[in-house]
Amino acid sequence: MTDITWVWWGWNIVYDLRVMLQYEFVRNAFEAGTVIAILAGVVSYLVVLRRSSFAAHALGHVGFSGAAGAVLFGVAPIYGLLLFTTTSGSGIALLGQKASHRDVEIGTVLAFMLGLGLLFLSFYNGFATEAYSILFGSIVGISNSQVVFTVETSLAVLAVLAVVYRQLLFASLDEEVAEAKGMHTLVLGVIFMLALAVAISIAVTIIGVLLIFALTVTPAAIAIRLSRRPLVAVLISVLVALFATWAGIFIAFYEVEPTSFFIVTIVFVLYVIVRILPFLPRTKSRRAVEGHGQGA
Amino acid sequence: MAGEIARADHLEVEYGGHVVWSDANFRIQRGELVAVIGPNGAGKTTLFRLLLGLIRPSRGDLRVFEEAPRRGNRKIGYVPQSHAVDRDTNVEAVQLVRLGFSGNRWVPNITPRGIRAERSATDEALRSVGATELAKKSLGAMSGGELQRIFLAEALAGSPELLLLDEPLASLDLRRAKELVDLVDGLVRTRNVATLLVAHDINPLIHCLDKVIYIANGQVATGLPSEVLTTESLSALYGVRVEVLHDSRGNMVIVGGEDSHPDSEP
Repeated sequence: MTDITWVWWGWNIVYDLRVMLQYEFVRNAFEAGTVIAILAGVVSYLVVLRRSSFAAHALGHVGFSGAAGAVLFGVAPIYGLLLFTTTSGSGIALLGQKASHRDVEIGTVLAFMLGLGLLFLSFYNGFATEAYSILFGSIVGISNSQVVFTVETSLAVLAVLAVVYRQLLFASLDEEVAEAKGMHTLVLGVIFMLALAVAISIAVTIIGVLLIFALTVTPAAIAIRLSRRPLVAVLISVLVALFATWAGIFIAFYEVEPTSFFIVTIVFVLYVIVRILPFLPRTKSRRAVEGHGQGA
Repeated sequence: MAGEIARADHLEVEYGGHVVWSDANFRIQRGELVAVIGPNGAGKTTLFRLLLGLIRPSRGDLRVFEEAPRRGNRKIGYVPQSHAVDRDTNVEAVQLVRLGFSGNRWVPNITPRGIRAERSATDEALRSVGATELAKKSLGAMSGGELQRIFLAEALAGSPELLLLDEPLASLDLRRAKELVDLVDGLVRTRNVATLLVAHDINPLIHCLDKVIYIANGQVATGLPSEVLTTESLSALYGVRVEVLHDSRGNMVIVGGEDSHPDSEP
């Protein structure tokens, strides 16, 4: 690796960034990564509140076969992802809130879907690289048109979430009361699952199917331990997702390891820190976390 | 009648094709505290679902505020038996109470006036259940008794005229159960809000009840506690000999109703 022009990062982050941003693929990665992180951060709070993390995991797997199928038919993977995740997402939602706790049934369907994805890929010649990028993400290969698509889709979903956010929060915290108050909890559940499906589909581009947890669950799992106020927690969740994505792209530019590895590692380290915090000696600055560690 | 909150005439309800109970007749007036008692699975929660307009009666007539029950009636405050809240729900209590006031709105009213109205309704609801200090506490870190008070505040934030409380005493020890009953009794008297309370055990409630709705064996008996909770009346309801015994403090034990009858359990 010494014969190629090897860029190295130094202590001047501004200079490093300026070097990076000369490359179009880096600009694309940052743009797509930013909207994906914002959407994933928002959605993940609802995932954690509704205890739908297994559904998030499931949709990622279902998305794999969708993406593999799209590749087989010569369509961009994102369309296969969207089709499969939104269909099964609304299916899970229509079965009701309790259905998302049916681990055995979902798991069985999942294994089958993964197998189906494998079959699709085996029909396709260049399967190794395609499979690799769907499973683990490849943000550096993102094209201009993909960026535009990602930004538009994310903004549309965020707009919908902004409208239903409060009712969704109520239905997530106290479903029976929300139902008695005349809210359409089933419809809200479907909207949530559709938002989750879209967030997962576009997040797969950077993080991959197997690592989807790191952006659609863990940011909020960190945030909910740091704030008891939903809006503040959503904000922290978005910031965690943003920080991990930006830092991941930044480091991956100067290192050989893949972006998704760095994103997952950053999120994991932050999670470990907030889990350890309550067990450390009490300090004033930790008041936000205080009280929670006793129960957890 | 002006004070009439709910009225049932020959009411019958079905679930999954079979009749849960039939021929229920009752009147609930403003400011009454009514206990809904009966064995597990007798259809106590079903009565609440009827009043909330979540299910329809198969026969008979039910009026709530002099009209057919409808979902989303703001005059009803509801505390269900099961909640999604658990140890991991790190959300401050006041947020839930706030949702009880305006959670059905798409977008919160963020005009100064809207914020003030929400704050005063929330503060007042928390104060009336003695939970002002719990406002910032995490729901996940609360005891069963604290949670029940917060759920009560959530229901009260909408200024209801009818409160439906499903098994609020279920997870509480005797002392906490008595505290909650006293709290509910106080709310009924000061706010003049009619309250239906589903319970397993009549004893913590007996001193403050206006009326009892006893559901067992597919039938519903209604009346004053002294009329309904007698050996004769309950024997007729169950169709077998049931004995109502009293101790020196006025507590009662119902013997022989049904194996599943919690009153006969220790």
